[in-house]
Amino acid sequence: MNIEFRQETFRDDFTFRNSPAAIRRFPFPFHEDSYMYSVNMEPHVKGAPGTAFENLIDVDEHYISEMNDRAKVLKEDPLRCQALPHMMTAQWDTLELLMEQQAAGYPEHFSLTKNGDNWHWINKPLGIDQKFVFGDVSTLPYEPMEYITRQAQGDFCIVDQRDNNLWMDAGIATTQADWSLDFDIGMNFMEWHGPVPLAHQIGVFERALKFLLNLQQGKPVRRLNWTMTINPRLDTSPENYPKWGPDRTTVTPENVGNKVHLRCELQSLWRLPRSNAILFVIRCYLIKMEELATVPKWVRRLPRVLRSLPPELVDYKGLTRYRQTTIDWLSKFDDGAPTSPGIFPD
Amino acid sequence: MLVVGIKSRPVYKGLVIDIHSARHLFALEGEGAEALLDQIKSVGSGFLEKAEILYVGPENQAGKLRDLKSFDFWTAPTIPVLLNRLKASLQAARMGTRLYLSGTEGFIGQAMQVALDLGIDFNSIRTEHRGSTARRVQCVHCKGITDNVTTSPFTCSHCGLPLLVRDHYSRRLGAFQGVNIDAEDPGSAPNPEVLFP
Repeated sequence: MNIEFRQETFRDDFTFRNSPAAIRRFPFPFHEDSYMYSVNMEPHVKGAPGTAFENLIDVDEHYISEMNDRAKVLKEDPLRCQALPHMMTAQWDTLELLMEQQAAGYPEHFSLTKNGDNWHWINKPLGIDQKFVFGDVSTLPYEPMEYITRQAQGDFCIVDQRDNNLWMDAGIATTQADWSLDFDIGMNFMEWHGPVPLAHQIGVFERALKFLLNLQQGKPVRRLNWTMTINPRLDTSPENYPKWGPDRTTVTPENVGNKVHLRCELQSLWRLPRSNAILFVIRCYLIKMEELATVPKWVRRLPRVLRSLPPELVDYKGLTRYRQTTIDWLSKFDDGAPTSPGIFPD
Repeated sequence: MLVVGIKSRPVYKGLVIDIHSARHLFALEGEGAEALLDQIKSVGSGFLEKAEILYVGPENQAGKLRDLKSFDFWTAPTIPVLLNRLKASLQAARMGTRLYLSGTEGFIGQAMQVALDLGIDFNSIRTEHRGSTARRVQCVHCKGITDNVTTSPFTCSHCGLPLLVRDHYSRRLGAFQGVNIDAEDPGSAPNPEVLFP
């Protein structure tokens, strides 16, 4: 099926919108009417058509515009993409995985042909036709991770495994929810999660680390994470906080439906075959409150979830200034009816 | 005392002498000298004949270290000069050399960066915090590093933004993270408070 790619922006005039089909396939992150951190990991297996899970690496109508936005961020700040020298094998693993998954899921848009180490990659949406030698960096215009992640939606971290820990030793982050790759690169699992409140105390990270150290090749896992963002801005990096921070003061009862966005991260984790590293995909989806309100189950549930949040979490996710305005607006659509279990629309 | 419970901050476990090492390399700053002197009280001075001591800081501590008559003793006028010498000493170091760092956290962080760049496992380095709790902070916006930060917020010495000092530490940068405190409402930064004396 051909995707109709939208031309839109995630900055300045913010023309990003979701089509009705894209709204229905939004990975709504709440399976019940409240939220707390948990080790909410499940097998990353294909889901129903018309959901964000229909392919394991999801490509949607925002693909071209998101890749354009990524190119702008990298032009302004090359430190958003970094890899420590020992990660080159894992970079090639990453390139292979993303090319294979995109070609398998969307054969009308992507194709990969292998003849020994001579590979031929065609990316029709971005107009790329690249012949290269797998394993030979000089045959690509960028290092392999940067090359392929300029053509794949979401942020990516490649995590090395040693000393019974995971180490964030490579990555690209241009659509991140307020964390700095440049600062965190080289850290281990506990260290890069250091600033997250509450979750350390309830043992979430210890259990998650133990689980991930045993991740097997061919059996990826996923979890959903979320925050909220004012305006459909992909690049909410700490580096650019002075640019997007003031947006949080602009929410009014009149504009909340258009300005406030739920930001969902579909995180998938993949064991890589040659390097034994783990590819951590952090795919960001945005939906504005007006769009969310077209799905009765979600617009009932979200204000209930927002009311249930512990104060530490409200502060950490940066919701303080506009949470109540958002709850008030959403509550107009909540008739108090019970909601069905699970994340999908009724 | 340093604030405890910061997950990304290294734990400075103390300058415990590894008496079985073939060689001991110390990089000490100011009150860090006392950490070594305290060790001698408990394990004796036998290891000093195999010890190279690099020091930066006030003369009174330098005098005490000089009197130890270690295998080698060298003083630097500034931290960058000491770091250059540390790099040279590490490049010439042989198997069985143990590295010890003591002083302020900013000093330990910078000396550790030199060691990490040469491929030394940070777990093998013995460290002890002594002296001021001032922090070395990287501005997440302009990436400039400001040394000896004692307050939060403080003014970035490079780009001038008022920065909140977050309890988040990068071993690779040897620095805490500084984030613009009034980004959402420019001009609303609270007065600096001395948090790291």
